[in-house]
Amino acid sequence: MVTRKVNELAARKPPQKQAIKELIIKVCVGTGGLAAGSQEVLNKFRKQLKAQGIKADIAEKCTKKTGCRGFCAKDVLVDVIRNKKKSTYQFITPDKVNTIIEDHIIGGEPVEEWLVGPDYEAFHSKGTKVLLKQCGEIDPEDIEAYIETGGYKGTQKALKMKPKAVLEEIKKSGLRGRGGAGFPTGDKWELCSNAEGSPKYIICNADEGDPGAFMDRSIIEGNPHSIIEGLIIGAYAFGASMGYVYIRAEYPVAVTRLRLAIKEAKKKGYLGKNICKSKFDFDIRIKEGAGAFVCGEETALIASIEGGRGMPRSKPPFPVYQGLWGKPTVVNNVETLATVPLIIAKGSKWFSSIGTKHSKGTKVFALTGKIKNTGLIEVPMGMNLKEIIYDIGGGCANNRKFKAVQTGGPSGGCIPASLIDMPVDYESLKSIGSMMGSGGMVVMDDTTCMVDMARFFMEFTQSESCGKCLPCRVGNKRLYERLKDITEGKGVEGDIDFLLSLAEDIKISSLCGLGQTAPNPVISTIKYFRDEYEAHIREHRCPAGVCEAFRKYVVKTDVCKMCGKCFRECPADAILWARKKPAFIDREKCIKCGNCYEVCPFHAIL
Amino acid sequence: MSKDKMKIKIDGKNITCSKGDTILKVANRVGIKIPTLCHDYRLEPYGSCRFCSIEVKGIHRLLPACTTPIEDKMEVTTESDTIFRVRKRLASLMLSNHPKDCMRCEADGECRLQDLAYDYDVDGREYGGEVWDLPIRQANPFITYEPNKCIVCGRCVRICNEVVMAGTIDFTGRGFHTVPDTAFRTARTLSNCNFCGQCVSTCPTGALTDKKGRGKGRARDFKKVRTTCGYCGTGCSLFLNVKDNKVVKVTSDFDGPVNKGSLCIKGRYGYDFIHSPDRITTPLIRKGKKFVEASWDEALGLIAKKLKAIQAKHGPDSVGAFSSSRCTNEENFLLAKFVRTVYQNNNVDNCARV
Repeated sequence: MVTRKVNELAARKPPQKQAIKELIIKVCVGTGGLAAGSQEVLNKFRKQLKAQGIKADIAEKCTKKTGCRGFCAKDVLVDVIRNKKKSTYQFITPDKVNTIIEDHIIGGEPVEEWLVGPDYEAFHSKGTKVLLKQCGEIDPEDIEAYIETGGYKGTQKALKMKPKAVLEEIKKSGLRGRGGAGFPTGDKWELCSNAEGSPKYIICNADEGDPGAFMDRSIIEGNPHSIIEGLIIGAYAFGASMGYVYIRAEYPVAVTRLRLAIKEAKKKGYLGKNICKSKFDFDIRIKEGAGAFVCGEETALIASIEGGRGMPRSKPPFPVYQGLWGKPTVVNNVETLATVPLIIAKGSKWFSSIGTKHSKGTKVFALTGKIKNTGLIEVPMGMNLKEIIYDIGGGCANNRKFKAVQTGGPSGGCIPASLIDMPVDYESLKSIGSMMGSGGMVVMDDTTCMVDMARFFMEFTQSESCGKCLPCRVGNKRLYERLKDITEGKGVEGDIDFLLSLAEDIKISSLCGLGQTAPNPVISTIKYFRDEYEAHIREHRCPAGVCEAFRKYVVKTDVCKMCGKCFRECPADAILWARKKPAFIDREKCIKCGNCYEVCPFHAIL
Repeated sequence: MSKDKMKIKIDGKNITCSKGDTILKVANRVGIKIPTLCHDYRLEPYGSCRFCSIEVKGIHRLLPACTTPIEDKMEVTTESDTIFRVRKRLASLMLSNHPKDCMRCEADGECRLQDLAYDYDVDGREYGGEVWDLPIRQANPFITYEPNKCIVCGRCVRICNEVVMAGTIDFTGRGFHTVPDTAFRTARTLSNCNFCGQCVSTCPTGALTDKKGRGKGRARDFKKVRTTCGYCGTGCSLFLNVKDNKVVKVTSDFDGPVNKGSLCIKGRYGYDFIHSPDRITTPLIRKGKKFVEASWDEALGLIAKKLKAIQAKHGPDSVGAFSSSRCTNEENFLLAKFVRTVYQNNNVDNCARV
């Protein structure tokens, strides 16, 4: 795990209780960490260690940058490994650095109050780290660190095998695409291998657009070489000579690290002509996307690389036959490609021993929403939702009641609390109307209105539609408008049937995956939470108390102290008040801004 | 059976077809009608309107007939309850964002959307919701663009990029607000537009119309006269749309063997001269400082007389002929023949060679 050990650190003698034999400080510099100020923390460590008399070169070497370790809610996370004893600190800011150096590094006593709690351990120990194992441990900007931990072994091994054998190995492993649909990766490669046309291309789809999902970003930021390896092995297996990584320009850290990784890999001879003396030539280019959600769809992504507007085209013909520039092309997701070198290095048997019958290996999820421990988790396929939400996620925040979980991003479906024992794998999720998707997992508690939630996702998907096909462009817009009407109290009898029939028509007639799956949140919320829709439409009531239109502000006359504060704060002149008279809210004029509720010093307004 | 031949079934009918064909192409060939909207045979299949959705055995969702290539042993159904329901839905969704004022629309009577609304008996009023309210674009001297009537089928965009290769328009915006337009919505000028009107010719609704013909009549008012464009030797055929003995506009002849419906700015919009008061309708002979109207016999007789005189005085090589590239091959041939047999020299050339 450790790359360069700093031994026999010559430090000042007092007030040392225990000599420093070895010291490693790891600071998380993923996007989450950087946003929380990890670069400043890292700089401060380096500067202070130098100032404390610890030699400059040692200070440089013992402070390490690492990628994201998943638990971004606790950033900045810092590991201090002193004499092989590891302590992890959370919420570290530059002003805490001095104390850590004084007390812990020099003094030998960890600063207890800033150490991570048991939830940090639980968050990491319950899952199975395969893909994320090196993220958060190695320096992503150093190819040596990757090689020392077993990197490029998969590539070397693959290049000694026959391409067909590599293909068979991936097929045997049972690896399925991690981008959403779960198509078997080996089969895809084989189709492309047999397709007529040359040259062939392999594309890494790193256009991670789901709101709240950051699996791919973290893998690229934390372990960019794994993607490069995946591309090399894939290209070798089915005969591609050129690879592209289509990555969002909104991921500047990932782009920079990937560029650096490609440069280093070229220097080391893993990319370019005659890779590892195997007579196999392969190179990778990076294409930055301009932020369109639909470019995560493979044909839109291809159109974007070709320089056109990111609009999907009809399948069939599939990209494996006619893809980039009309040539056979394989588009694989980041996670899929990152898994490939591990399968080759460790064997398909090892991989297929993890997971369920039809879903092998592990899956990374971005756990977000109303849950205690948000962050990145990796679990074996088939783990049930209960374990993920309660054992890893720690249950709902503020101990609220768990209501549902949305998997598969904005076009996935909602899984109600009653199905919490369901295993998470491709088939199970599909059977209940959701999908694996890229791996977003949004947890909702009883303060979430399901109608409002469906409205939110529809708002996203309809605005991200490319506008090419009619059902998606206009149909999803009309779905969204009707949902908006319902949340605003304008729902009428028959709306639910209207939504369902429109959603079904959009699903079967849309051109690409975006349109075909966009109505999923509507369909699944109606399926499991029809009562909430009915409450909105028939009773003009939002059971979760979210939809503003149904909120009614009333003055409790027995509590009102007649101070008139609400009267003065109301922007709509909806409050009637006179000296020594309790306030009264005129419903006709009230705009439900909530100002009176906020300002009342006696909580007399409900 | 050769490798490239495939056997498929459409609506229970066994059909042999060649590899690479689309379902729509095969169905059209055997006379099975599938409704289309965004399809134009001049363009690459696109599949945006979804009206040609059909069922293929073994596939849950509907596939567009226009883009789906045939596969051996494919079983296709072109009419079913689901297909009808979806097509009806599509027509009504399309109408839900379309002004319902056919009565004063230029395209009334030759509008594909109007036909579909009639066929499926929908008006799109059940949705309510947002309807575009975009300004009419009149800046272009030849083309009027009413974006509110646009159904975003992409035919104008594709013909501009695939056939004309001018790249004047493309889709702008996202989602519901996707609309074809010029870059940064600037006015069309000669620097970014050829004014060929190809976009107008392919527009299935009244979103793109010929500015010069606006308000002067609709399809049902015209007598369509098929003729050949006189501007160059290509020989494009076109329809003169005549109302009250006046040429009001020019429309495409999609069966034209040479141009298959395509026209350039001259053929489509250069018809002003027909009814111009300045148009010269008889030969003119200069007499002193004035031009005097003359008959063809008079004029040709004069030319023949003068040419003969020049040749008699200066020899047979003293005259020649120069032909225009607006002439057809046959006309050019005739002129060359004329020079060689009547002038008895080889002094003939064409402006296309300069």
